[in-house]
Amino acid sequence: MSDLAQKRGFALPGVKGNAIVMALYLLFLLLPIYWLLNMSLKTNTEILNSFTLWPRDLTFDNYVTILTDASWYSGYLNSMAYVVMNMVISLAVALPAAYAFSRYSFMGDKHLFFWLLTNRMAPPAVFALPFFQLYSSVGLFDTHIAVALAHALFNVPLAVWILEGFMRGVPKEIDETAYIDGYSFPRFFIRIFTPLVASGIGVTAFFLFMFSWVELLLSRTLTSVNAKPIAATMTRTVGAAGIDWGVLAAAGVLTIVPGALVIYFVRNYIAKGFALGRV
Amino acid sequence: MNKTVNQKAWFLVLPVLLLVAFSAVIPLMTVVNYSVQDAFAGDFYPLDDKLEWFKQMLESERMWDALGRQVAFSAIILAIEIPLGIFVALNMPKKGFWASLCLVLMSLPLLIPWNVVGTIWQIFGRVDIGLLGYTLAALGIDYNYTQDFYAAWVTVIIMDVWHWTSLVALLAYAGLQSIPDAYYQAAKIDQASRWKVFRYIELPKMMGVLMIAILLRFMDSFMIYTEPFVVTGGGPGNSTTFLSIDLVKMALGQFDLGPAAAFSIMYYLVILLISYVFYTVMTNLDKRDGH
Repeated sequence: MSDLAQKRGFALPGVKGNAIVMALYLLFLLLPIYWLLNMSLKTNTEILNSFTLWPRDLTFDNYVTILTDASWYSGYLNSMAYVVMNMVISLAVALPAAYAFSRYSFMGDKHLFFWLLTNRMAPPAVFALPFFQLYSSVGLFDTHIAVALAHALFNVPLAVWILEGFMRGVPKEIDETAYIDGYSFPRFFIRIFTPLVASGIGVTAFFLFMFSWVELLLSRTLTSVNAKPIAATMTRTVGAAGIDWGVLAAAGVLTIVPGALVIYFVRNYIAKGFALGRV
Repeated sequence: MNKTVNQKAWFLVLPVLLLVAFSAVIPLMTVVNYSVQDAFAGDFYPLDDKLEWFKQMLESERMWDALGRQVAFSAIILAIEIPLGIFVALNMPKKGFWASLCLVLMSLPLLIPWNVVGTIWQIFGRVDIGLLGYTLAALGIDYNYTQDFYAAWVTVIIMDVWHWTSLVALLAYAGLQSIPDAYYQAAKIDQASRWKVFRYIELPKMMGVLMIAILLRFMDSFMIYTEPFVVTGGGPGNSTTFLSIDLVKMALGQFDLGPAAAFSIMYYLVILLISYVFYTVMTNLDKRDGH
């Protein structure tokens, strides 16, 4: 089978054409990122005064600035804090719900499922102001938990969808056998079922991380100082004291790093996650 | 899988229901509240005509213009990203080291915070320090995305293609992977052309995931805010002011809460309506495939 699959190839003219198309596409993807990396390793003088394709005067000063200045690195810590909170909250509530959707039919299940999806469709711009007022009135403005809860708006539905897709793949007989063996539901769920969908949970966690990490509008609206995310730190620095291109580029590169690190582990599941577990 | 009827399953769904209700229903009701009253300095005053804000927004040229730009933007990026994504997926290596490498590199843009995506393209397109802008200027092409209408649009569209085509490609790739080898062998015996293999084997098998790709890309492009805001700030003039940018300007910038709330509700309804159509088509496809 593998022999045939390799010979077949997808492209029209054969293997070589494939490689050229992929090389061009990857070049298109990586060039802007390379440019950011390139700039982050230059001094501002070099950036502004000479146009160079690679750093002639290699410097790590821009990174040192970020990693030693609390107003910069606290942004990363804040982002990490609310992303992790959001992951924990979303997974905790989505696991039982996804199980219910994958195993049982109950009154209103289809409507409920679509209603959850509608929250994934809600434009953050619509919710920015009401969120601000809601969290201010309950005294949560500028806290990590406020951002985590706000991101739950789109992350919880996503988690339910992806987990449901993975749980559907676990044969129902396993549940039935466990109940016959005398397992109670909580014990069965934690001891037997959760390990079976471990890869699904990992993939879900990755997507929760991703969508909470990349979002800016809500996290910026809901924070001012104590929980300000790195993304907002970047925009404000641009506005305030001219533009320090080198530091800005270095901050940008550092926001790419966490995603780039975890992506390797989920590479074979990314499509399944984006397809909400439906491939 | 046939499911058991069990009303107690509601208890398992309850936490999700409460959490999402807290973060969705309460804010949504706030919006509704604003849309039918006159809010001033924290107090509400009843409107003579409950629907005044809605009427005002429906007559406002500003909203229709923003809607027009939004529809044009979503249509253009879908028209580019879907075929390009399929094309890339068809050219991806099937397995092994190169397949993994492609998957990892292609996913990279998806994980970059949206304002950093904006920053990357803002820098990349600058005539003085950006590779793209500098190269274009050196070639004698007049390119300035902060002042020229076409340059701004081209930049915003290429940025979105850069950012999201991989998503379509990944989904299409996953669809292609699920096609059994026997299908291709049968096609080979029938001496089917490359186009026919695509048209009658690959495309139908990809339909399900492609619907998801179209749904996701439609939803997200219709809500786009951060990336164009960072690059063009909605300009030059209003030429790249999409719905979300206009809405935030109205609500948080000018504090026109009533009209902004009416705007929000209509905006949300449009997305819901179109997404409902996609969703119905999607679930029907699912049923047909016997999931």
